[in-house]
Amino acid sequence: MSLIYPRESLAAHPANASPAYGSTVKRAPSKPLILLPHTLSETTGPVFGHTAVAAGDSDLTRQHAGEPLGERIIVSGRVLDEDGRPVPHTLIEIWQANAGGRYVHVRDQHPAPLDPNFTGAGRALTDAEGRYRFVTVKPGAYPWRNHHNAWRPAHIHFSLFGPSFLSRVITQMYFPGDPLFKYDPIFQSITDAQVRERLVSRLDLATTEPEWALGYQFDIVLRGRNATPVEEPHEH
Amino acid sequence: MSTDPQTAEAPLGITPSQTIGPFFAYALTPRAYGGSELATGTVAAEGVAGERIRIVGTVYDGDGAPVGDAMIETWQADAQGRYNAAGNAGFTGFGRIEATAEGAFQIETIRPGTVAAPDGTMQAPHLSLSVFARGILTRLATRIYFEGEPGNAADPVLALVPAQRRHTLIATRESDGSFRFDIHLQGENETVFFAA
Repeated sequence: MSLIYPRESLAAHPANASPAYGSTVKRAPSKPLILLPHTLSETTGPVFGHTAVAAGDSDLTRQHAGEPLGERIIVSGRVLDEDGRPVPHTLIEIWQANAGGRYVHVRDQHPAPLDPNFTGAGRALTDAEGRYRFVTVKPGAYPWRNHHNAWRPAHIHFSLFGPSFLSRVITQMYFPGDPLFKYDPIFQSITDAQVRERLVSRLDLATTEPEWALGYQFDIVLRGRNATPVEEPHEH
Repeated sequence: MSTDPQTAEAPLGITPSQTIGPFFAYALTPRAYGGSELATGTVAAEGVAGERIRIVGTVYDGDGAPVGDAMIETWQADAQGRYNAAGNAGFTGFGRIEATAEGAFQIETIRPGTVAAPDGTMQAPHLSLSVFARGILTRLATRIYFEGEPGNAADPVLALVPAQRRHTLIATRESDGSFRFDIHLQGENETVFFAA
């Protein structure tokens, strides 16, 4: 299937120059981006098969001798293109803090305990219908030094490739109703409230497993539309 | 191909980007954590057809300070200019490198071939790059071209770049034969980044 990648869709992404998030100040390009034509270099991309994912990579609660502490959760959903078609067999990588808000990363100095039974990294391939499913624990909020008394809302990092260089995206999934949203300059870097909501998962009782784990649904929409739409798009 | 009435008309909004943050390494470049790596800076294993090259560089911020928590991804054609070609053992064309605490990265690969542009002209040999780091909310896309390539002058993408900035996309030869491609996120020599 041949895809096109409308430029308008890029408007959903946050501007790199978002000064409320202090780290952007010296890292956001100051000169205008140059419009890149979509050549073969852009419309192709790496393909990852089953060798990229080991058994158990999608269950972050079973990577060590014991079970991690925290609230066990299921995160599942579909990866779709902009026409709503599933993106099958595409790689998803995730990483997150533990239930206490601490990352395994050597440079995380937050004085919350590490959990010997939790690393917080996972991988999965979507199935033929674009579905994926992770089992993990709910990450904790944690402090950071962006401004006085700054705390990140609980989130899981998601990295996806999709069909090409143009569909590559790294993002963060949040949990519904988090009172930290309004104070978080990373979440608020997306200035359109409706677009921001696309990063908030939905509590779903059908995904929830009774007596075992709450379930959250998080659908991800990657760039790409059918190159031969069934109707001409028209003005609204 | 689809008869779903909702397809052509109203696109679903794409999922917006967020920063990779500072703590990605144990998931995305996890060698130091004992994890299996999806890809490394060795894009071409020994024996892959083509001229072996090494590209070295450093990522700098607007103060000229090295960016010590960046991840670089590379994507390229094989020596014959083909993407995802079958039968290329030891070569997918994809690389992923965690920059060091000093902002340095290194790519071991083969020089890619020329690739057709949509208008039928040929693009000079290049790698496509994505730059991710704390403080970068949306992936930065750029390209590495090579000093001394005769095709650079006619390359349709380089032609879109103002002449005085073009040098930021061209890796220079070092005395040891490797190529240098530094990435400046801001400043006088700010690298050209693309809206793709």
